[in-house]
Amino acid sequence: MNKLLYLLIFIAFSVFVSCGTKENKSSNNDVNSTNTTTETQDPKMNKGIGPITSLILDETIDSVMVKKGKDVFDAKCTACHKVDKTYIGPSPKGILERRSPEFVMNMILNPEKMIAENELTKQMVAEFNGAIMANQNLTEEEARAVLEYFRTL
Amino acid sequence: MKTNINIYFATMIIILIFVGCSKKNGGNNAGALTGDAAERVYVKPGEHDEFYAFISGGFSGQLAVYGLPSGRLFKVIPVFSVDGEKAYGFNEETKPMLQTSHGFVPWDDAHHPDLSQTKGEIDGRWCFINGNNTPRIARISLETYETEEIIEIPNSAGNHSSSFVTENTEYVVAGTRFSVPIPQKDMPIKDYKSNFKGAISFIKVDPQKGDMNIEFQVLMPGFNYDLAHPGRGKSHGWVFFTTYNTEEANSLLEVNSSQNDKDFIAAINWQKAEEYIKEGKFKTMPANYAHNVYDDATHTATSKMKKEVRVLDPADCPGLVYFMPTPKSPHGCDVDPSGEYIVGSGKLAASLTVHSFTNMKKAIDEKAFDGDAYGIPILKYEKTIVGEVKQPGLGPLHTEFDGKGNAYTTFFISSEVVKWKLGTWEVIDRKPTYYSVGHLMIPGGNSQKPFGKYLVAMNKITKDRYLPTGPEVTQSAQLYDISGEKMELLLDFPTVGEPHYAAGCPASLLEARSKKFYKLEENKHVYATKAEKDAKVVRKGKEVHIYMTMIRSHFAPDNIEGIKVGDKVFFHVTNLEQDYDVPHGIAMIGANTSELLIMPGQTETFVWEPKQVGVWPFYCTDFCSALHQEMQGYVRVSPGNSNIELSWTLDGESLN
Repeated sequence: MNKLLYLLIFIAFSVFVSCGTKENKSSNNDVNSTNTTTETQDPKMNKGIGPITSLILDETIDSVMVKKGKDVFDAKCTACHKVDKTYIGPSPKGILERRSPEFVMNMILNPEKMIAENELTKQMVAEFNGAIMANQNLTEEEARAVLEYFRTL
Repeated sequence: MKTNINIYFATMIIILIFVGCSKKNGGNNAGALTGDAAERVYVKPGEHDEFYAFISGGFSGQLAVYGLPSGRLFKVIPVFSVDGEKAYGFNEETKPMLQTSHGFVPWDDAHHPDLSQTKGEIDGRWCFINGNNTPRIARISLETYETEEIIEIPNSAGNHSSSFVTENTEYVVAGTRFSVPIPQKDMPIKDYKSNFKGAISFIKVDPQKGDMNIEFQVLMPGFNYDLAHPGRGKSHGWVFFTTYNTEEANSLLEVNSSQNDKDFIAAINWQKAEEYIKEGKFKTMPANYAHNVYDDATHTATSKMKKEVRVLDPADCPGLVYFMPTPKSPHGCDVDPSGEYIVGSGKLAASLTVHSFTNMKKAIDEKAFDGDAYGIPILKYEKTIVGEVKQPGLGPLHTEFDGKGNAYTTFFISSEVVKWKLGTWEVIDRKPTYYSVGHLMIPGGNSQKPFGKYLVAMNKITKDRYLPTGPEVTQSAQLYDISGEKMELLLDFPTVGEPHYAAGCPASLLEARSKKFYKLEENKHVYATKAEKDAKVVRKGKEVHIYMTMIRSHFAPDNIEGIKVGDKVFFHVTNLEQDYDVPHGIAMIGANTSELLIMPGQTETFVWEPKQVGVWPFYCTDFCSALHQEMQGYVRVSPGNSNIELSWTLDGESLN
C-alpha cells in the first residue's frame, strides 16, 4: 500500500511540475542571435553579437563585391559615415586594423543588440555622444559587400 | 487502520490531480459561464489582441483601429478629414485626396466600414468606408493602413446606404440617402414628388490593385435609401436596400415620411444590370466627380475629374429591381451568412421582418405583384416574408450573425441587444446596452464566415459611463462575449467620433502583412533625396525647393541662407532610415500648415511662405533618439530685395 502511495505522490508531483513549466515557456524567446562575445583585451578578437560568427577573408579583394558595397554604402550609410573624416559615426577607413570582420558585419546587421550588450560598442556610443548606429536593414550579402568595400579604403 | 488512512490519502491526491488539471484545461471555454470579465479582456503587456476592429469615426471623418478583446486603440487612419498629426490633407502629397467637385473638402461624416471579401470570406486586403456628407467612397490599404483611394459619387446626396462589398469584392455599393434632381437643376423644392431621383452606384473594384470605378448607377424613385447589404451564397448577384420616405415628402419628414404602413426593401439584381450594360441599355450622363488615387511608390496622390457616368433606368430594364414591402421605415437591411434571410428592421414596427430569398425568387417567377412603383414591380408582402421576430424590443436598427444559426439585433429605444434564432424566430437572450445602441459588429458577421466569439455594440449615448469631460463626452462601444448561450457584457471602451458600424477580422489575417517601412530604392517620389550628397536647394523664380534628408539625428542641409520674404518654400523631406518604427517629424516656425510625420524611406512635402525677415528654426517633432533635441536647423530669411546667395550646408560644409 505504501508503494502505491509513493507512486501517487510521485505522479501528483510530476503533474504539477509539468503544469507549471507550460506557463514559463514563452519567456525564453531569445533564439535568433548567437552570443559570441569574448571580451578580450585585443579589440580585434571581439567578434560582436549577431549572425556572423566566423568569417575568413580571401586574400584577393573581390572587385565586383567592392562596387556593390560602395553603392550600398553611399545609399544607406553616408548620412552618418564619411570616408575622409569622423562624422556622426567613425570613418570606415582602416576599420579592419581596429576590428574583426565579424564585428563589422554584426555592427551593420544587429546594431540594437550590439549597443545593448557588447561592451566595446557601448564604449563607442559614449564616445560618439550617444549617437547610435541605425539599423538600415541590409541583407547579409549587402553587409558583406560593404565590408569588402571597406578593405579598399 | 493505517491502510485505510493511506487509502483516503491516496484518494485525496487523485482528486487533487483531477481538480488541478481540469481547472487548467477548462479555463478557456468555461469562460463564458464562470470566468472573470477582467481576465477575459486583459491582454498582457507585450501580447497581442486576437481580433482587429475597424470602427468608423463618424463625424470625425476617420477610421479607428482597435484590438479585441482589449478595446485598445492602435491608430486613427485619416480618411475624409484633415489630420495635423499625420499631415493628411496638409502636406502636398495628400491634399489631392480631399478634392471634390466642390473643391477641397477637409471633412466628412464617415459611416460604414466594410472589408474586402473573396468567396464570401474576409480576405484582409482593403477596408472601404463611405463619406456621407459630400458623397465619397474611400479604400484603405490593410498593408499600410493608409487611405489609398477616394472616389466621389455623382448624382448622390447623403451617401448613407454604402459602402458594402459583394462576396468577391466585385462591387462596392453606394446608395443615396437623399433624393435630388438628376441632373441637378434650379427648381422649386415643393415639386420633389416624382421629379427627384435616388441614385444607387455600383463601384467596380479591380481584383488585383483595388482601383475603383463607377461602373453604373441605377436611377431609383425619389425615396430615401437607408442601408444595404449584398446577397451572399445563394443570393449572390443581388443587393438589398432599405427605403423610407416612400411618401416622397420634402419637409417635416419626422411626421410626413412615417405615414405609410410599409416602405420597401429594394432588391437589385446586379448581374442582370451587367447584362443590360452589355446590351447597351444604359444612358451616358454628363457628370463631374473627383477620383483621387494615392500612389504607394511616389507617396503622392493625384486627383482627376471624371466627366460622365452610365445610368440604368429600372423602368426600361425589366427584372432589374423589385420592391419587397417591409413595415415602417426599415433601417438595417442584413443578410444572413447563407444568403437566404433578409432581415428588415422597421424602426417604428413592433416586429422584425424576415424575407426569404427563395420566396422572393418564387414570387418573381409567379409574378405575384401588388402593382408597381414608377414601373418597379412590388412583390406581395405575404409571398416574400418567411418569419417575424415578434415584439423583440423597441426601435430595431441592425442585425449581425454568429455563423451558428443566431442573429443579434440592436434596439435603439429600449437600449439592448437581442439574440434570436434564425428559422424559429424565437428570442434567446437580451442584454442591456449603455445607452441607445446603434450599430453592432461581430468580426466577419456580415460575411459567409463569421467569427462568433465577440460582439461590439456601438452606442449613441454615453452619459454617465465615464468621468465627465464637460458637456461633450466620449463616444463609446461595448464588448460582449457571445460564445455561450447567453451574452455577457465584458467591457466598455471609448471610441473616436460617433461609431457608425465597424468591421472586424482575426488578427492573424493581417498581422504578418503589415508593412514595416518603405524601401528607399523603391521610393519614386519626384522630389525624393536618397542620399545626403544629393541634398540641395533650387530656386525657380519665387519658388524655392529644398531637397532635404533626415536620419538620427540631423537634417541635411540644416543651415540654409538666401531665402527671401515673398518666396514660396517647398520642404521636400526624405527619411533615410530603413528600420521599423523610426519616423522623423519636421515643423517650421510660422508655417501655415501642420508638421510632417515621415515614415522610414518616405518623402513628404510642406510649404512655407516666410513673411518676416530673420533666422528661423525648424526641428524634428517625433522623439527619435537620445539626440532628438539636437535635431534642428535654421533658415535665414532676408528682405525681398536682398542679394544674399542661396546656400545650404551641414556642419559648415557644402553637401555636394
